[in-house]
Amino acid sequence: METAEILRKSKILQALEDQNTSVSMDDPLESQMVLNMGPQHPATHGVLRLLVKLDGETVLAAVPELGYLHRGYEKLAENCSYHEFIPHTDRLDYLSPLSNNTAYVLAVEKLIGIEAPRRAQFIRVIISELARISSHMLWLGSMGMDVGALTVFMWSFREREKLHDIFEHLTGARFTTSYTRIGGLSQDMNPDVVAMIKKYLDDFPEKIGECEKLLNKNRIFIERTDGIGLITAEQAIDLGMTGPNLRACNVEHDLRRASPYLIYNEFDFDIPTYEGGDTLARYYVRMEEMKESAKIVRQALDKIPSGEIHAGKPKKVLPRKERVYTRMEELIHDFMLVNFGISPPVGEVYHAIEAPKGELGFYIYSHGEGYPWRMKIRSPSFVNLQCLPVLLKGAMISDVVAIIGSLDPVMGEADK
Amino acid sequence: MNNQSVVAKLKSRFPNVPFEATEFRDELTVVLPKENIVAVCGFLKEDPELVFNLLADLCGIDMNTPARRFGVLYNLYSLSNKFRIRLKTFTEENEPTVPTVTGVWGTANWHEREAYDMFGIQFQGHPDLRRMYLPDEFEHYPLRKDFPLMGIPGSLPLPKK
Amino acid sequence: MGLEDALGDSFLTTKVEDAINWCRKNSLWPMPMGISCCAIEMMAFAGPRFDSARFGSEVLRFSPRQADVMIVAGTTTYKMAKVVRKIYDQMPEPKWVIAMGACTSSGGIYRTYSVVQGIDQFLPVDVYVAGCPPRPDNLLNALLMLQGKVQRGESRGKAPAFIGDFQKLQAHNAAKEKELATV
Repeated sequence: METAEILRKSKILQALEDQNTSVSMDDPLESQMVLNMGPQHPATHGVLRLLVKLDGETVLAAVPELGYLHRGYEKLAENCSYHEFIPHTDRLDYLSPLSNNTAYVLAVEKLIGIEAPRRAQFIRVIISELARISSHMLWLGSMGMDVGALTVFMWSFREREKLHDIFEHLTGARFTTSYTRIGGLSQDMNPDVVAMIKKYLDDFPEKIGECEKLLNKNRIFIERTDGIGLITAEQAIDLGMTGPNLRACNVEHDLRRASPYLIYNEFDFDIPTYEGGDTLARYYVRMEEMKESAKIVRQALDKIPSGEIHAGKPKKVLPRKERVYTRMEELIHDFMLVNFGISPPVGEVYHAIEAPKGELGFYIYSHGEGYPWRMKIRSPSFVNLQCLPVLLKGAMISDVVAIIGSLDPVMGEADK
Repeated sequence: MNNQSVVAKLKSRFPNVPFEATEFRDELTVVLPKENIVAVCGFLKEDPELVFNLLADLCGIDMNTPARRFGVLYNLYSLSNKFRIRLKTFTEENEPTVPTVTGVWGTANWHEREAYDMFGIQFQGHPDLRRMYLPDEFEHYPLRKDFPLMGIPGSLPLPKK
Repeated sequence: MGLEDALGDSFLTTKVEDAINWCRKNSLWPMPMGISCCAIEMMAFAGPRFDSARFGSEVLRFSPRQADVMIVAGTTTYKMAKVVRKIYDQMPEPKWVIAMGACTSSGGIYRTYSVVQGIDQFLPVDVYVAGCPPRPDNLLNALLMLQGKVQRGESRGKAPAFIGDFQKLQAHNAAKEKELATV
């Protein structure tokens, strides 16, 4: 045995004799290891591979590796017409598909220069906010599950099922809805759905209150999340973080207020911000956001006008099916639009909305044909994941799960 | 603050740089040569009136023209002024290189890696230029216009049944 | 006939295969390989409304060493295929695979350079579930279909570990494979 080995072993033996638990080795690389939290992991929220360098239990550095769900969306967009891409947008942030649908058609409508009628805009606001509630519910459930509160998971999923029922009545599908169309919506909202949404909103404060009662003043939850995963506002803006994560660093930035799209400037809602920039602040921001969303939906349901849900621009908007089968011009327009696509002008446009995860933006460069020349999807989770090394530095290995949970990444949009 | 004032400020600060400013749907796009991109981005971020502190998006684009084939776009946003502009630079087809802006905004790191992965644009000065989405051994650049949508059979390995 | 009269109502006679298969089918613990959107419907399948626990799938075991059936839910890319295969190899026999959703069955709506057009290119699949994403009821139907398969002792993978007439089962499985290969 070499002398170094003998010395090491005798040191350990000595430490055992003295019952001294803090032993420092001469060779510092002895206690570092690289742990692979692989793409298949119960708590990495999808296929995120995280390589963490550990010194004992403390994380020294972390490198996220993406690409395990790279499906080639941007290449696909260059080969689809604008209408054909709408079902693909559902699968981006697959926790709130209606929100992505709205974002995409808003970008295309900006490009062509049309606007949906007022009733369609109200319904789009309602579905965007319901999608936000649904996404935050799932976040609540999975974050609760990650830190050990399984009851919250079961309760939030029960509430989500009610939302799925509403979506099914409204759009025809529980989950991947493809509800919006360029120039409007695919079908109208009938009074049954309105009654269902109202009933859901009446029960909502009580249900969310139940989950809050379990977590807000829970000693274990607070100890696991308070002061964990700190990031300052300057670091967050430099790294491009947006959404509830940024609002938890005391930066009041919300695209619904800053550059109002749809008709958000007609509603009265607050932007919850918390200071601290830690996991607990992110938790509080999202809980408050859910309540604000419920407020917006209630106001929208009160003010919603009756009217058309399709913009009446025949060369750009798909006409209604009964007119296609009975009238000549609509038949011709339908044929042209389905086969050759809408022909937007040559130009480029970038439109972003406040998705539940952050700023979801679509950059479309069109060269006049029916399919885009280049479409770039600015996904919030991709940029938020870039902040992960900063958040994880110095945390313990058991906090990694809580931090990833509070950041709320969705790999479907991070990997595109 | 509006499009004309931003262009005027840029032109007054950088009188020798040939800016081409266009407006479409009230959005300002400024095309500039790639040598000046770092200086212009630094100015846009540091200037106390403009303060474009959020790099919302950085993407590559393949124009499929013989000259100036690849472009890099920068979508900038100012949190305090609530204003958006877009910068564009172009580079050649053989060995496309663009200086990196990771020194100005830290978020450009991953965006540039993605642009490298998809187009093959080399970013000079990037601290960690490797592929983002596809495995490192992959030899092609998917978003180029000459790469087929279905891919090249055999380019990505599959485990045996 | 005589034996049953003699034993009375407290005994039942069966084959060892049937008894073991009955135990296996009523305690299929899934390993959720949740990759993308289908994973959300799989979580709903395990959730309170469409409860998979009442069919025997009491827990979703994330460790492959403790699971019987792997539910591959979500688009499998070439990069991820290696990982899925590795995890499948770590599962102990007997094991089955449910391919959930259109993306795992045939590539789904993604005919692109990075998506494997169907996981049966590198995994033996027992049940394919259609849908994008399939409703949780649909997945429950698939689970029940798989339970039927387990009861009959069929498997697309290697033959399940077995006490009893092993050669007969092997011959039966080989014949089934040949039949499926010629289809």
